[in-house]
Amino acid sequence: MFDLDRWREIFQSINKNRLRSVMSGFTVAFAILLFTLLFGIVSGLSNTFKSAFNDDAQNAIFVRVWKTSKPYKGLQTGRRIQLRNKDYNFVKEEYANKIQYQSARIYKSVSIKYKNKADNYRLRAVHPDHQFLEKTIIDDGRYLNDRDIKEKSKVLVIGRLIKADLFGNKPALNKRVNVNGSSFLIIGVFSDEGGDNEERQAYMPVTTAQMMYGNNDYISQINLGYDPSLSLNEAIAFGNKMERDLRKKMNIHPDDQSALSIRNMAEANKGVGMFMGLLYAIVILVGSGTLVAGIIGISNIMIFIIKERTKEFGIRKALGATPSSIVGMVVQESVLITTIAGYLGLSLGTYILTLIGDSLEEDYFIKDPSVSPGIVLGATLVLIASGLIAGYLPAKKAANIKPIVALRAD
Amino acid sequence: MIRIEKLHKSYPIGKDSLHVLKGIDLHIKEGEFVSIMGSSGSGKSTLLNIVGLLDEHDEGDYFLNGQLIKNLNEKKAALLRNKFLGFVFQSFNLISYKTALENVALPLYYKGINRKDRLKIALDYLDKVGLKDWANHLPNELSGGQKQRVAIARALVTKPKVVLADEPTGALDSITSDSVMDLLKDINNEGMTVFVITHEEEVAAQTKRIVRLKDGVIISDELTKTAKAV
Repeated sequence: MFDLDRWREIFQSINKNRLRSVMSGFTVAFAILLFTLLFGIVSGLSNTFKSAFNDDAQNAIFVRVWKTSKPYKGLQTGRRIQLRNKDYNFVKEEYANKIQYQSARIYKSVSIKYKNKADNYRLRAVHPDHQFLEKTIIDDGRYLNDRDIKEKSKVLVIGRLIKADLFGNKPALNKRVNVNGSSFLIIGVFSDEGGDNEERQAYMPVTTAQMMYGNNDYISQINLGYDPSLSLNEAIAFGNKMERDLRKKMNIHPDDQSALSIRNMAEANKGVGMFMGLLYAIVILVGSGTLVAGIIGISNIMIFIIKERTKEFGIRKALGATPSSIVGMVVQESVLITTIAGYLGLSLGTYILTLIGDSLEEDYFIKDPSVSPGIVLGATLVLIASGLIAGYLPAKKAANIKPIVALRAD
Repeated sequence: MIRIEKLHKSYPIGKDSLHVLKGIDLHIKEGEFVSIMGSSGSGKSTLLNIVGLLDEHDEGDYFLNGQLIKNLNEKKAALLRNKFLGFVFQSFNLISYKTALENVALPLYYKGINRKDRLKIALDYLDKVGLKDWANHLPNELSGGQKQRVAIARALVTKPKVVLADEPTGALDSITSDSVMDLLKDINNEGMTVFVITHEEEVAAQTKRIVRLKDGVIISDELTKTAKAV
């Protein structure tokens, strides 16, 4: 299939006619450049959305309670709802097969003191699974474990910024701090992509907090991670069912959002997914339009070029060129030019994206704009196909002109 | 070599048709040096185009090298042209972006000969027309006479059966015309059948047989003095 002579003919033709080769290449390169930039920026936007929800696990579901807003079964409006350990256990047993992680959460505000330094910090009393739900990153030491829960250990995992406040550059691990008057052992230091507020938190075992603050079994919130093998719709259905079940169990009006509500990441993901899907659809529409414009551009130029070369084709035919050899030559030349030009446009686009990527992230919330290999491959195939079409139709026409007519052309 | 019987050709012009060739009978044997004479509009170019398989005839029979030419598709015509015919045109028809050597080698490319061999053969033929030193020049760096000699070399390079020349001296001055005609004579003397179309008496006189065409019919067909002298 590889015909060195044919390639030699093509390179000579391109090389000796640089202006028209550059002209035809430019249209394609420009179209692909625009396509790449457009696609890259939208994918950057998509990355921004993804990272905005990156603070928590993608499969997180939060069960929150407050006061009733609707009377139900003779119970008054404004009744305060309290989650307890039995609710936590109910969820754990009832939906075991749909849950990957589960943790309770108790919010407290505490004063933490180390030597002469002290400050007030927010504290979450949690189960070990909380690490995965909150995407806590352990920098040093360890997170809470089941034994801490069981033994109600007085241990603390502190955020990077608390450590910086109280310990500066010195190690905090295995130091004892004073938390609201009790001595706690620091077993870990963490960081979190959720920002400064998240890193100025402390974690302690949920059981320790229940024992120390009121000696009850109260819980502020139940956090779950649904089984990732569930589809978004299944996860949403699961969340809704759990919401209904819990309301029923706790004598809450079935529609009382205020008393008990569920925040399901699956719903947010579905919304973002739909939004991004729409955005991508628009981009594909606009991008394809650009590509089509490029293809039409190169087709126009090919028609012009082939008209200009009609006489040359006539000569070649008089010398024994078959029509198919002329079509083949033109198509191959056209494909070569579109592929090279397209590749240049793609490379330039990618280069510009990496160049402006950082400043876009700061100013326009477009994070890490880039094009995926699949898109690159698809665009390349479109290019080759467009080169084929752009070259084939006019070449076929030119090759079918009788040599005698072609020789007369000027 | 070429046998034409009752050949007719007409071109449609709007609703009417122009009857250009009205029953031509012509027999050209191998090694002949024939010129077709006629004023413009006599049908001589049409005849050459049909003989050269660049155009199709309407009626009559055309045998090229004993083969009946009928219902040729473009591909077959291209192969026959490449195999049997060499063309020399009035306007040279060299490819402007190829050197003299590459122009001469082009028919060999379509014959499927590899690059090394075809450049070697092409150089031999350029040498034959006295342009070996100009092998790497582009056509626009050559004089008219030189261009026509390149074109002749290109016509010969495939060792065709017939060289067809359409007004080969039409764009040349008298001195270069003579040198081109001398070249064609030399080729004929080596045994090649040469078929020239011209409207110049001096050119026709240098061939061996003159066929005069007027309004699409042959009005005379005679040997020249040159031929009788041999």
